[in-house]
This record gives sequence, C-alpha cells and structure tokens, in this order.
Amino acid sequence: MTQFEVSKGGTATATEAAIVAQDVEKWYSNGFHVLKGVSLTVNKGEVVVLMGPSGSGKSTFIRTFNALEPFQKGSIEIDGIPLTPKLKNVDAIRREVGMVFQQFNLFPHLTVFENVSIAPIQVRNMPKAKADEIATQLLERVGILHQAKKYPGQLSGGQQQRVAIARALAMQPKIMLFDEPTSALDPEMVREVLDVMRSLANSGMTMVCVTHEVGFAREVADRIIFLADGLLVEDTTPAEFFNNPKSDRTRKFLSQILH
Amino acid sequence: MGYTFDFSVVWDNIGLFIAGALLTFRISLIAIAFGLILGIIGALFRTSGNRILNAITLAYVEIIRNTPFLIQLFFIFFGLPKLGIRLNAEQAAILSLSINFGAYSTEIVRAGVESIPKGQVEAAMALGFKPLKIFRYIILIPALSNIYTALIGQVILAVLFTSVVSQIATEDLTFAGDFLNSRTFRSFEIYFTVCLFYLAIVWIIKGIGYWVERRFFEFAKYSRR
Repeated sequence: MTQFEVSKGGTATATEAAIVAQDVEKWYSNGFHVLKGVSLTVNKGEVVVLMGPSGSGKSTFIRTFNALEPFQKGSIEIDGIPLTPKLKNVDAIRREVGMVFQQFNLFPHLTVFENVSIAPIQVRNMPKAKADEIATQLLERVGILHQAKKYPGQLSGGQQQRVAIARALAMQPKIMLFDEPTSALDPEMVREVLDVMRSLANSGMTMVCVTHEVGFAREVADRIIFLADGLLVEDTTPAEFFNNPKSDRTRKFLSQILH
Repeated sequence: MGYTFDFSVVWDNIGLFIAGALLTFRISLIAIAFGLILGIIGALFRTSGNRILNAITLAYVEIIRNTPFLIQLFFIFFGLPKLGIRLNAEQAAILSLSINFGAYSTEIVRAGVESIPKGQVEAAMALGFKPLKIFRYIILIPALSNIYTALIGQVILAVLFTSVVSQIATEDLTFAGDFLNSRTFRSFEIYFTVCLFYLAIVWIIKGIGYWVERRFFEFAKYSRR
C-alpha cells in the first residue's frame, strides 16, 4: 500500500464530512472584512476547487482550515474536530491536514530527503528508519527520488513543488490543502505538478485547491466553489460552472480568465 | 636611535608566550561557545513574542553593550565575592567574556531569525511543529547562515577582547607579555611577538569558522534570495 492510498471506507463513510465550515467571518487587523460568512462542506474523498478574483478571500479561507489564519465568527470542523475561533485543537487538526503553498516553502538547509522525513521524525516521533522508508516511497511517487540528496535550491520550481507535496503527504494527512500551487511556476513546470495532484485525487484524497488552472478544475474537481468579495457565490459542478454559470459575477470572472 | 633589537628575550621565554597563547585560545573558545549559546537563547527570547522574556533579554543586552568590558570583568571578579560568589581569575574571565559575547551575539542572531521568511514558519506550523521545534529545526540554521559574516566579525572582536582579562591576573598571552616586559623592558620585541601570537590565534579561529561554514551552511550557496 502506498502512502497515496487513502481509505474511503466504502459506502458507509463515503458521505461523511471532512470539512464543515459554517458562516466563517474574518476581519484583518486593519479592519478589512475579508470573509463575510462563508459556509462550505467538503465530503471525504471529494476534490473541491476554489476559484475567484484576487482579494476574494479564497486563500484566507483555506488557511483557516489548519489555523494558519484565525477567524472571528462562525465554526469549522475538520474530520469531526471543532476548530473554535480561539484556536483550540490546533495540533489535532494540523495532524489531519496537509498544506502546499504557492511559494513551496521548502526548508533550504535540509536536503530534499530530509525535507520529507523531518516532520514524521520530529512531530510524530516516528523512528528514523520508518520515516526514511516513507520519504523514499513518496519521493519515488512524485518522481524526485534521484534528487533526494540535493538541496531545494538546486531544484526547479516544479520539482520543488512536487517535493512540497511529498513533504505534506509524509504526515499521512486525511485532507490536503493546495494554496495556488502552480501560480509561482514557469508555465512549462505546471503540468508536472498538476499530474501529481491529479494522481493524488484519483487515489481518493480529500483535496481543497485554490487554483486558476481551468483544465485541472474541469477535469479533476468534483465541485467548484466561486468566491467573490468574501462571499460564496457559487457551489456547483465544473460542467455547470464553466458552461452554465448562474451569477453575473461568475460570468464576468470567467470572461476574464477564459481567453 | 641607538636601540639594538634583541629577540633572544623571545626565544628564551618562548614557553611563556606559548602557555599564554594556549590560555587565550582556550578562554576564547569556551567564551565564544557559551556566549553563542546565550546569544541563541537571547534571540529566541527576543523573537518569542513573550513580553517578559523580551524585556529581560533587552535589559541584559542594553546593560552589557553600553558599559565597559573592563568594568564588567572587575564587577565579576572583585564585586561578586561580596555576595559570596568567589571565582578564580580564569573562571571570572570566562564568565565575563561569555556574558559579554552573549549580549552582542543576541542582537546578531536576532537579526538572522528575523530574516527568515514567514512562509518557512507557516510550512512548519502546517506540518504540526510546535514553536520551540520550529526555532530549533527550521529557523536556527538558516538564521545563523544569514548572519554568519557578522557573527565571525564579532567572534574576532571577542578574541581580541580577551586581552583585557590580564588585568585580573589571568595568565593569558597579554599577561605573559606584560610579565616579561616588566622584567626585561624589551617592549618592542615582546609586544611585537604578542601581536604575532594574537594574529595566529585569530587565524586559527577564523579557520574553524570557515570549516563550520562549509560543514553546516553548504546549502546557502544554493538558496536563491
């Protein structure tokens, strides 16, 4: 069994919610009301893509799921664990949720291999041999094993992002968050990262992705959520979203990104 | 200008110079090691977000950096015994040098910690790291790497500062020079030799610093900034 296989638990658990966010509201410290009551339920095994214009709060929204951003009102439950505005249960939730960032955020002083194995060793207290085994499997899976001894700075952006995905998966999360994972990449590197994300989705991982990759959203997403100005505007299937958008705001957005 | 150079005073007493130099070298290494540990802890406190720890550390840095080292040394060697804390000259020298270097390195290491991009901390938090482990495993090495040049500069100053400890009769290199000078008055030859020894000590410590850089900060040549 590879680390990519996620138990969907058959029909009994297939409809269980992985993420339940209700009326989440957030103000930045400068008073800006970035999330104006957003509700979203993500079921286990679902791939949800968040789209929306910049400043709409998409990144901020998914960053509330693992408590990188505090929020002031509403509630979030991750795999049944409540994440209160007071940031309780943060450790339990971060154990369930992996995250991939726009700027990769690999640790520059650790080799590629150590980047993947350090969290299992230091956070999960896993024996080094076991962590090394997981790191080897994951790097193999994302196609970077032959570069394992290099430092992140020696890799291309696409390679770094694939390592970042492996690093997050090494903690064996139940949910993966992707915050614009291809936005900082040169165009020719986008595909290699999307391919890894696609195979992860096919393995049954619960995924929430903020991305502007229309092809990926059309093909891989179970649902598309459209956020604008801190509000959830649409929650629908990719086919409906791209072919038959309901709101003017969505149509305007699509006319801007589909050229 | 009838002065005749006579370096025989140096050759005849080379054992004194070497013994002094070895003590200077040892005191320097120990004080730098302790001082750096203090500096790392100080930087941790300064960046912890804890007001009390920050205030205590800031007070320490301000007091040490804004008073003369000689007075700090006298305070520890002559002042502390009044409180019942008796240290021999070498212990007092190491303690005062460590505390002094700790204050300077606190501010240097703090600058390094603050140079680490926020995304590094967020990635570690998302992986479930707790704050102390983030500091230890994620921030510390890149932070030290970023300020390494400044730190080495301060290390060299710390080595040169050790000459002051001869004032409490620590038998270091400067003490050896003073001792011989007071008996032979061959000031030129003696202090010239003392300088050469200091130069050698600093070069050796710089060499160790260079080795540390290659051993631990190799990654830095690949990090794009």
